[in-house]
Amino acid sequence: MSKSAVDVPPMGGFNFDLCRRNDMLAKKGVNPPSFRKTGTTIVGIVFQDGIILGADTRATEGPIVCDKNCEKIHYMAPNIYCCGAGTAADTEAVTDMVSSQLQLHRYHTGRESRVITALTLLKKHLFNYQGYVSAALVLGGVDCTGPHLHTIYPHGSTDTLPFATMGSGSLAAMAIFESKYREGLNRDEGIKLVCEAICSGVFNDLGSGSNVDVCVITKGHKEYLRNHMLPNPRTYISSRGYTFPKKTEVLITKITPLKDKEVVIEGGDAMEE
Amino acid sequence: MSIFEYNGSALIAMVGKNCFAIASDRRLGVQLQTIATDFQRIYKFHDRLFMGLSGLATDAQTLYQRLVFRHKLYQLREERDMKPETFASLVSALLYEKRFGPYFCQPVIAGLSDENKPFICTMDSIGAKELAKDFVVAGTASESLYGACEAVFKPDMEPEELFETVSQALLSSVDRDCLSGWGGHIYVVTPTEIKERILKGRMD
Repeated sequence: MSKSAVDVPPMGGFNFDLCRRNDMLAKKGVNPPSFRKTGTTIVGIVFQDGIILGADTRATEGPIVCDKNCEKIHYMAPNIYCCGAGTAADTEAVTDMVSSQLQLHRYHTGRESRVITALTLLKKHLFNYQGYVSAALVLGGVDCTGPHLHTIYPHGSTDTLPFATMGSGSLAAMAIFESKYREGLNRDEGIKLVCEAICSGVFNDLGSGSNVDVCVITKGHKEYLRNHMLPNPRTYISSRGYTFPKKTEVLITKITPLKDKEVVIEGGDAMEE
Repeated sequence: MSIFEYNGSALIAMVGKNCFAIASDRRLGVQLQTIATDFQRIYKFHDRLFMGLSGLATDAQTLYQRLVFRHKLYQLREERDMKPETFASLVSALLYEKRFGPYFCQPVIAGLSDENKPFICTMDSIGAKELAKDFVVAGTASESLYGACEAVFKPDMEPEELFETVSQALLSSVDRDCLSGWGGHIYVVTPTEIKERILKGRMD
């Protein structure tokens, strides 16, 4: 193994070792794979006590649904959450990375994180990679300066808005917001509006589907309502299930018994002299 | 032609009651020519952690070797085996590191975590984790596999029933895929034993 593989990992960040080989393959007509995208409808609104974020739960790989119940609302800080659309690996990696940076910053300053800090860290990273890190985010939270809602585009531009939608279902959801949003909504009205917007994405956009996740953030308190609405239950399951009376033909069987591993805690005598 | 269709593969992992099953096909091909009918796609890292790798076979073997290295270092440092959740995060990080020049593999990870609760997960080639509670699939036959598993999956199956279900789903899906097949290789793991079986399938 080359020396760089033995230092584990040497510097963190991206590693471009395989790019030359992949380019060579691409020239020979072998296409690179498609990555898992979160087709998605993600939304956020500002209501009278704080922020409500909403997301659908479908993850797609090309035209196939690979995850019917994935989580798109990512934790950033106890008072800040972020919804992600675009390439799934990018949204997960970028939100995890900024979440760790925020935690370190909290230890360093001894204060609650501000939404604007998360925003600046995210936009710096995304701009640095010129849009190649394909993550479109809706960031929302409540800090000492009040509730904040921002959208971040893959190239690093940001907007600050009272209501925001992103993803392939964003037009469907925005239509609901533009007609029904008003300032000073209370909690129940806000949740109902967010659910309606996500449902319009779920039913009208092919890249979004399954269930609705909602996250309500207020001053000093947050509520993550995972699968708040399940508008697409599976109703066609055969109650008897499938049984296979004719057994599968087996050529070889090998059974390895496993013993329970005993945990031995040493009495601490080793260092005593 | 996609890079994933160069060698051909099919992988399933499914959860049962305090057990899991992970199964693969056995064909190794170079586009339409078959060059091996006993190719191993599922690797054991320790008694309660298995990983299958679909996609380009050379990247699968390289990735397996890198992961074995990292896991052995972990065993030396921590003096215990890696939990499946930790292992999944390790694989995800290793794959995302190569975000702009990825390995052409899709891993399927299956293991027994604390209190013998089965854990399964899959990722795309850049490390986007998908944790499922029922089954995960990967490979050229993945579209048929999704359909077959959706139809026959039942929650809380006993090991023997789980074996039958996974075998039927695997064999029926690879029968509809030219690039995978030539039998099946299936591990059913419970807290007390690992049962490894080779299945007889259509050899075409």
